[in-house]
Amino acid sequence: MGVPLYRLPWSDRLWWALVFALALSPFLLIVYGVLGNTLGPDPAEALMHQTGEWAIRLLVLVLAARPVAQWGWPALFRYRRMLGLFMFFYATLHLVVFAQVYVGWSLAILLEELIERPYVLVGFAGWALLIPLAVTSTDRMRRRLRQHWRQLHQLVYGVAVLGVLHVLWLSRSDIGDAVLYGVLLGGLLCWRAALVLRRRFTARR
Amino acid sequence: MPRKILNVPQIASSEITPESVWLDRRNLMKAAAAGALVNTLPTQAAAAPAAKPLSYSQAKCDACSTEETLTPVEDATSYNNFYEFGTDKSDPAEHAHTMTTDPWSVEVSGLVNKPGKLNLEDVLGGFDLEERIYRFRCVEAWSMVVPWIGFPLADLLRRFEPTADARYVAFKTLYRPEEMRGTRSFTSVIDWPYKEGLRLDEAMHPLTLMTVGLYGKTLPNQSGAPLRLIVPWKYGFKSIKSIVSIELTDRQPQTSWQELAAHEYGFFSNVNPEVDHPRWSQRYERRLPSSLFKPNRVPTQLFNGYAEQVAGLYAGMDLSKYY
Repeated sequence: MGVPLYRLPWSDRLWWALVFALALSPFLLIVYGVLGNTLGPDPAEALMHQTGEWAIRLLVLVLAARPVAQWGWPALFRYRRMLGLFMFFYATLHLVVFAQVYVGWSLAILLEELIERPYVLVGFAGWALLIPLAVTSTDRMRRRLRQHWRQLHQLVYGVAVLGVLHVLWLSRSDIGDAVLYGVLLGGLLCWRAALVLRRRFTARR
Repeated sequence: MPRKILNVPQIASSEITPESVWLDRRNLMKAAAAGALVNTLPTQAAAAPAAKPLSYSQAKCDACSTEETLTPVEDATSYNNFYEFGTDKSDPAEHAHTMTTDPWSVEVSGLVNKPGKLNLEDVLGGFDLEERIYRFRCVEAWSMVVPWIGFPLADLLRRFEPTADARYVAFKTLYRPEEMRGTRSFTSVIDWPYKEGLRLDEAMHPLTLMTVGLYGKTLPNQSGAPLRLIVPWKYGFKSIKSIVSIELTDRQPQTSWQELAAHEYGFFSNVNPEVDHPRWSQRYERRLPSSLFKPNRVPTQLFNGYAEQVAGLYAGMDLSKYY
C-alpha cells in the first residue's frame, strides 16, 4: 500500500491487472448483454439481479480478506481496497438501473419507494454508507484521518447487515440467497466480534 | 396481351418446406454445432414432447382479443415463473422438460353430481378450442400479450354438474418431486403442491379459460403443459399451471401464496393499480419485451382492462380490503 503501481515489480503489476480484470468482467458481460440484447425479454430485472448480486459477492470478499490473510493466504488482503471500490461501483450501477427502469428518474416516485418499501430504504441506506468509505479510500485521506479512518471504515459492518436485510426482504418464496449471504456475512461478522472480544479479554488480564 | 410487370416465379405449395422440416434442419445444424464441442450432452428436445399444432377457431366475444402487439413466442416461453422448476425466470424453460405430461388426467371432485377423471384425450377432443388474445399481468409488475388456445372453464365444470352448495373451485398443480427440481430445494418455503382457487362465479365467467395451447400449438412444459388456467383480470399466479385436481367446495380454499404471505397476496388478487403490493407499486407494468433504454412502462388498468366484463362480480366489495 502506498507504493504507486508503476513502481511495483512486474509480477505485482500483472497480478493487480488480473484482479482488476476479474472484478471488471461481470460489468463487461453486462455491457455485452445490453449491447447484444441477450439479457432476455426483461433486461431490467436481469440487470437489477446481476448488479446487486455482484455488489454483495464483493462485500463478502472484502470482509473475508482479513481472516483469509490470517489463515495464511494474504493475497486477497492486498486487493481489499480495489474490491471495495468495485463493490461500490456495482452497488451504484444497481441504483442507476433502479432509477432508470423502475423510478424513471422521478424524485417523487423515489421518495415514495423509500417511504413505503423498507427493502428499498435499507438498500439505499447501505449504498449511502458506502459513499464516505469510497471517498476516504485514498492513501492521502487515510493519512489525514489517522485513527478515525479505521472507525469510519467500520461502517462496512453496517453495510453488511443492511445488505442481508435487503436480500431477505426481497425474497418471495425461496430464501436461499438470503440464507447464503446471511450465513457468509454473519459468520464473518462473528469472526470480527470474537477477535475484538478476545483482544479485550487479554488486555484486561 | 397484357404485359407482365413483375416476373415473379411461381412456387408450388408442394415445394414449400414445411415448418417442421425446416425446424428440424435448424435443430440438426444446432445439434451438429453443439456436437462438435461436446457430444456427451443429452439433447433436451428428446425428453419433452415437441409442441403439436392445434385446430381451433377465433374467439368471437369482445375482450377475447386485442389489437396490442403480441409478445414474441420466444419471450413468452423463455421468461416464466413456475417455481416447481426453480425461481429464476429462465429455470422453467431449462428444466421443465423433465416433467412427464403424457399420460395425464385431471380429477374433478367435491361438490359435483358426477365426480370423475378427465383424461387429456377427453380434454383435447371433447371441447371446442378457440384462440384468445389476452393481456397477462404478473404481480411482479411485468406483462405480456399472449394468444392462448383453450375453452371456457365453465364448459368443463358444467359436465361434472356442480351442486347447489358449491361456491368455490380449488385447483392443484402436479407435485412430482423427482421430476421437479424446484420442489426439492430445501430453502423453498412453499408447501407443495401449488394450490389456487376461484369463487364459482369467477370460474364460470366466460373469460376464464382452460388453456391447452399458445401461439397455435400445445403448451410447452414451462407454460404449464398440458392444461392450465388463464384468468386474464387477475395477477398471473392465479392462472395455475399443469392442473391435476379440480375440487368444488363450499368454503374459500387456501391458496399457496396466501399460505406464504396473506398480507401480500389475497385470495382475489385482481389486477388493480390502486392497491400496491406491500413491496412494490402496481401502478405501472413493464410490457415485455422491454429494453433498458426504452423500458416500455405502461399504466396498469383496473382488472387488467377487463373491468367492463368482470367488475360486476365484485359490486359492493371494497377492493382494497378484498385484494
